[in-house]
Amino acid sequence: MARKVTGAKTAIWTAAAWLVGFIIFFPILWMMLTSFKTELDAFSTPPSFLFFHWTTENYATVQERSDYTLHAMNSIITAGGSTLIAMAIAIPAAWAMAFAPTKRTKDILLWMLSTKMMPAVGVLVPIYLIYRDFGLLDTRIGLIVVLCLGNLPIVIWMLFTYFKEIPKDILEAARMDGATITKELLFVLTPMALPGIASTLLLNVILAWNEAFWTLNLSTSAAAPLTTFIASYSSPEGLFWAKLSAASTLAIAPILILGWFSQKQLVRGLTFGAVK
Amino acid sequence: MGSITLENVRKSFGSADIIQGASLEIEDGSFVVFVGPSGCGKTTLLRLIAGLEDVTSGQIRIDGADVTDVPPAKRGLSMVFQSYALYPHMSVRGNIAFGLKMAGMPKGEIDRKVEGAASILNLTPYLERKPRDLSGGQRQRVAIGRAIVREPKAFLFDEPLSNLDAALRVQMRQEVTRLQKQLATTAVYVTHDQVEAMTMADRIVVLNAGRIEQYGSPLELYEHPANLFVAGFIGSPKMNLIGREVAGQFGAATIGVRPEHITVARDGEGWEGTVGVAEHLGSDTFIYVDVPQVGTLTARTVGELGIRVGERVRLRPDQRRIHRFDTEGRALAA
Amino acid sequence: MATQQTRTLGRVLIAPAVALLFVWMIVPLAMTIYFSLQYKNLLNPGEESFAGLDNFTYFLTDPAFITALINTLVLVGSVLLITIVLGTFVALLMNMPIYGRNIVRLMVIAPFFVMPTVSALVWKNLLMHPVSGLFAWLMSSVGLEPIDWFTNYPMLAVILIVAWQWLPFASLILLTALQSLDEEQKEAAEMDGAGAVSKFIYLTLPHLARPITVVILIETIFLLTVFAEIFVTTGGGPGLQTTNLAFLIYQAALLQFDVGSASAGGLVAVVIANILAFFLVRIVGRNLEA
Ligand SMILES: Nc1ncnc2c1ncn2[C@@H]1O[C@H](COP(=O)(O)OP(=O)(O)OP(=O)(O)O)[C@@H](O)[C@H]1O
Ligand SMILES: [Mg+2]
Repeated sequence: MARKVTGAKTAIWTAAAWLVGFIIFFPILWMMLTSFKTELDAFSTPPSFLFFHWTTENYATVQERSDYTLHAMNSIITAGGSTLIAMAIAIPAAWAMAFAPTKRTKDILLWMLSTKMMPAVGVLVPIYLIYRDFGLLDTRIGLIVVLCLGNLPIVIWMLFTYFKEIPKDILEAARMDGATITKELLFVLTPMALPGIASTLLLNVILAWNEAFWTLNLSTSAAAPLTTFIASYSSPEGLFWAKLSAASTLAIAPILILGWFSQKQLVRGLTFGAVK
Repeated sequence: MGSITLENVRKSFGSADIIQGASLEIEDGSFVVFVGPSGCGKTTLLRLIAGLEDVTSGQIRIDGADVTDVPPAKRGLSMVFQSYALYPHMSVRGNIAFGLKMAGMPKGEIDRKVEGAASILNLTPYLERKPRDLSGGQRQRVAIGRAIVREPKAFLFDEPLSNLDAALRVQMRQEVTRLQKQLATTAVYVTHDQVEAMTMADRIVVLNAGRIEQYGSPLELYEHPANLFVAGFIGSPKMNLIGREVAGQFGAATIGVRPEHITVARDGEGWEGTVGVAEHLGSDTFIYVDVPQVGTLTARTVGELGIRVGERVRLRPDQRRIHRFDTEGRALAA
Repeated sequence: MATQQTRTLGRVLIAPAVALLFVWMIVPLAMTIYFSLQYKNLLNPGEESFAGLDNFTYFLTDPAFITALINTLVLVGSVLLITIVLGTFVALLMNMPIYGRNIVRLMVIAPFFVMPTVSALVWKNLLMHPVSGLFAWLMSSVGLEPIDWFTNYPMLAVILIVAWQWLPFASLILLTALQSLDEEQKEAAEMDGAGAVSKFIYLTLPHLARPITVVILIETIFLLTVFAEIFVTTGGGPGLQTTNLAFLIYQAALLQFDVGSASAGGLVAVVIANILAFFLVRIVGRNLEA
């Protein structure tokens, strides 16, 4: 800000912004607080905000009961696995489109984008039947495949927008310096694109972790990731709010942290580079 | 060693013919400059030599060996880019050393060479810095250092000085020339600045719309332009071109007279006209004279003449320095 | 950069991605089209037969379809309205010279990272529960009758949850766009004597037009198929009050096992999404040139 702003005005704006931020964040905060309450405190009216009996027993219960670890592992494996495979397919493709473009490159990119816009419900039936017939229902492999393909267009796009910002000249200079294609990718492109590659990875993990259409429809127990697991708390007899909160906090904490790290790159990734 | 031969090299992008049959012989150790207006294909021709683009047809030879299908990494040339294209994640040392590393040179030898190049270019204090912490002129030097350290067969420069300010440009111009002479390595240098071309080149290639209009030493181009395009392009201010009856009197379709070859007088012989504009540069004065039947002519006079706008003057061309061109624009023998 | 060698290499490297996405898109789509023309129910295997357009007639004339379509449009429209209006305010506020902008930013963006099932359950139980929810307590502490959200205003409840999830997205994109509004332009406008309001109308809003379009299109694509939030809160009810198109298709397919009409419904959703995608692709494509 180049302009001078009076202290009083800044104070008012600051207060307003913090208030708005707090209200938006409140449901998460409330969930986290509830996770440290006893089930009784969690239901109490009037609600207790800070002065309740703090306990971590919910976390212990959630860990023991209900195979929480299994579902967490499922989330880690499906989100991580689908991301790594997507990156392995996407990095070469994005390199090709950014640095060896042909007349059709733009069309291919837009076509990839349009595959992302196909509503999942449109293909729910065939995917479900294929999965049923091939024994892929409720398997990690099955989830990895849908998550990977579902996010592939976004991954390619994000990498493409990052690669495109690397001046072609520099890669050509490496080529003039006698670098082979492999060395050019390894010693010049990758180090320069590292921030972009990292944030693409992060965003993709986040999207895969939170995906809740395919995971709900294609997994039930053995391969169920946290999205499906948490959904099982929706049945009326499962009204254990404190435990629900503890499980939820555990389920979103890692992603919240990753997300906060990647938020700067998020806009570009989610808008396919249309807003930077 | 580093002679470069182009034989009828063509390049098209889709249906656009950008280079239309260029043949050229660049001698070992010479400094050749490509000049021409923007978009005429200078960069493209340089990139064809570098191997960064494929030729559509024709042949490129380096030291007699056909390199038309050899990838850039194997041609043994080095290039200085207009944008410098330094590796942003490497130090100055890393930038200069990269090519040597790629060639698998032992570490001790790399260090020795890098430090040698750095001292020639006054970069020694900056060896451990990243490019972003350097000034424009220093970055330029790093790019040059990266090119010379590999002892290539030839240097390729694409408008390397165009991002520098005027003073630095003059200084670097001299440094590059001196360095090239000292190393005796062939250099191909692209610019659209004709002063750079005239001062640096052993030989100049004038390009226009993908065609080589003339290839010769700076003085040849100045004294014997092969056609109207070269005549108009080389020299500043531009050569006066006169057509119609006046040219007919000289047995040509067009005649050309350089401003410095016109004598301005208040009376006597010559074309009579009215001074439209006078530009006083101190050392010289350029006057623009409207001559009926001939057009506006530019004349260059040394020092101050005290000629005012609106005054009537006589312009006398130096008869031995009149260039004559035929209807196709080709120069006629004197 | 464009020698034959690099071009060939490029084709090789891009091939796996293209092939996979092609299969991923074409095979299921073709199957959906095929199923939509069949009488096929998983409960009566072996009794498939050609149905012509019956499934479409059935699906499209089913009163539930009209209800679901209207619900879908209400959901999408309301969430868009809320997120864009509030998002603009949040973005403007965060673009003010404030202390701790980064922390505010973290708080604002957080809901976007919460998985849909978690946010739906947290809102349903901890906040909107008619007896023990925080909202109920808030209402009664100011002397009002607590609202039984999911009985009386189920759609509004779903809209609030989804809007909360998407508000960060709109805010963040609009904030990014605001930050790219040239400080000099603003200063020039001030020199021209523009006040805060006219600066907003003549400078900021036009500048935001494009990002707002992008937000509308991208959110619409996701909002058309809101599923998890409905699945864990209302299950489409009471009655059909919160059944949107995605949920209706899910019910037909995996609850009634009526593959034929679920496929017909799926194709309707594809067509609607494609109309929108067409515009988004054009906007993004124009950006590619630059
Ligand atoms: N990859 C390409 N595809 C299509 N056309 C191209 C490509 N590269 C260059 N051109 C066209 O070739 C012509 C010559 O370009 P080139 O860059 O060689 O010009 P130049 O003489 O270097 O100009 P300048 O002085 O402006 O740098 C231009 O008309 C340009 O548009
Ligand atoms: Mg050029």
